Amino acid sequence: MWSYALRRILSTIPTILVVITVCYLMLHLTPGGPFDSERKVSAAVLANLQAKYHLDMPLWKQYLYYLNNLLHGDLGASFRYADWSVNDLVARALPVSLSIGGISMIISIVIGVALGIVAALKQNSLVDYFVMLLGNVGSAFPSFVIGPVLILVFAIWVKWFPAGGWDEFSPKYMILPIVLLTFINVSTIGRVMRGSLIEVMNTNFIRTARAKGLPLRTIVMRHAIRPALLPVVSVLGPLAISSITAAIVTETVFSLPGIGKLIVNGAGNRDYTLVLGLVVLVTVLAVVLNLLVDLAYAILDPKIRY
Amino acid sequence: MTKKNAALVEVLQTSVEAQIAGRSLWKDARIRFFRNKAAVISLVVLTLVALACAFGPMVLPHSYEDTDWNAMGIGPSFHDWHLFGTDELGRDLLVRTLIGGRISLVIGLLATIASVSVGIVWGATAGFIGGKVDSVMMRVVDMLYAIPYLLIAILMVTIFGRNFSLVVLTISIFSWMDMARVVRGQTLSIKSKEFIEAARAIGVPTWRIIFQHVVPNLLGIVVIYTTVTVPGVILTESVLSFLGLGVQEPMTSWGVLIEDGTNVMAATPWMILFPGAALSITLYCANYIGDGLRDALDPKDR
Repeated sequence: MWSYALRRILSTIPTILVVITVCYLMLHLTPGGPFDSERKVSAAVLANLQAKYHLDMPLWKQYLYYLNNLLHGDLGASFRYADWSVNDLVARALPVSLSIGGISMIISIVIGVALGIVAALKQNSLVDYFVMLLGNVGSAFPSFVIGPVLILVFAIWVKWFPAGGWDEFSPKYMILPIVLLTFINVSTIGRVMRGSLIEVMNTNFIRTARAKGLPLRTIVMRHAIRPALLPVVSVLGPLAISSITAAIVTETVFSLPGIGKLIVNGAGNRDYTLVLGLVVLVTVLAVVLNLLVDLAYAILDPKIRY
Repeated sequence: MTKKNAALVEVLQTSVEAQIAGRSLWKDARIRFFRNKAAVISLVVLTLVALACAFGPMVLPHSYEDTDWNAMGIGPSFHDWHLFGTDELGRDLLVRTLIGGRISLVIGLLATIASVSVGIVWGATAGFIGGKVDSVMMRVVDMLYAIPYLLIAILMVTIFGRNFSLVVLTISIFSWMDMARVVRGQTLSIKSKEFIEAARAIGVPTWRIIFQHVVPNLLGIVVIYTTVTVPGVILTESVLSFLGLGVQEPMTSWGVLIEDGTNVMAATPWMILFPGAALSITLYCANYIGDGLRDALDPKDR
């Protein structure tokens, strides 16, 4: 177990390094420098600026500087927001994204697992059809279609919630985005849970438990639910990755000042350093999430020996 | 033997012969596919959508970029053939939806072809050669899985600007891994078959074994996973366009139209309704066709 954990942790390093390196090189492939603007800067000022940002050094040295800064948690300066460092911008945006994403993830796991259990135990019931329907709708109606429809119905027609924006974690502004993100994840978790529980309920040890005369409740809660949850855990990694994509769309739809909105705006402004810093940050986040899910899986499933 | 019996024997014989006249895997699959009503209806609808996108703009009286000064931001009406209404610039929404569909479908098609080819070559090579090559190639796949593709797409668009071929390239880079994994798994099982051994024995070079003997035997699974790739790729393109990272104005795609529609949703809801419906119908049909093909081609389901 420990050797697996160690190997799994070490294996994330090349992924992260490759992403940083490729992104960094792509950035430096672009013609022109950061201070080539219409307004000519005098040669002395330019030299000073370049020295400050180490732009006068050879590329490999700049790259090492960048890595060194990253290791110290410094993502550099933003190109467009002159007085802001990328760190400042991230510090303001990250809590927004994490609160929306985290809350919706917890809600989706709870609702998804519950729906999956009911659907598996009562196949062809209303709940079962509902889980199927969620899956069908989720695969055909992407979040950027459902999101605006939510706004149209709940913000414009019945006026229960604001159409978007943010106000210091006021729940009024958080509910619709969370609903949208949850909706996407619930269908996946629900379907996986349903499938795996049906499979577990057909195994011999569950039959034995039934033969002993245990009530269904005990069978499910004590015996079936643990093995049935394993596939759900394994799907959480990919789900976390796709949630990042979904979060970018959600933040754009509801104009929330989160990481996703920051990155899309940065791309629109061609704010290279900001986008690079955010890409590095979020990739590391995604890789770490994946790592945690894999480790959790290894702990939870005693059958797996690496 | 009576006359009646003779006739019966004849009938039986012909029916037996008809059965013996064997059916290939593909013919079998076709018969099963066409028994699946949802899949057939989806195929018809999707074909109609594609034909409308291809030929609609040629037939309709409006152009996708010209302003109709007499009808700006009007709702759907039969007047002057603005069946889907117009946007706030007076451009006909029906024609724009069809042109947007062209872009979305063409990008979807190209990116699918690219990612499927890369996936097949990558997976078959890794699976067939095996050993260190295999583990390195599969590590690359794992690595790409761990990266949220949208971020890299955003970075690429930030750096290289927005254009058609870049969008295709970006989408392709991040959608071939499923195919590679599946193809690799299948290749591993084909590799140990006798006909491969025979090919090796008579000295066929490795790359020819891969492309002439392994790849043709992968086609069933490739078709199934291609149908999963198509809606995924179309969706990715729409997400990029929706975020303003796809094709540029006045050119359009479904994602761009949905984004435009979102901004003016309160006043003119049809502007998001029609492109959104077009995208959703396409995705829905593509999913059902995929399900149908999977049921038709999956040998486990006999």
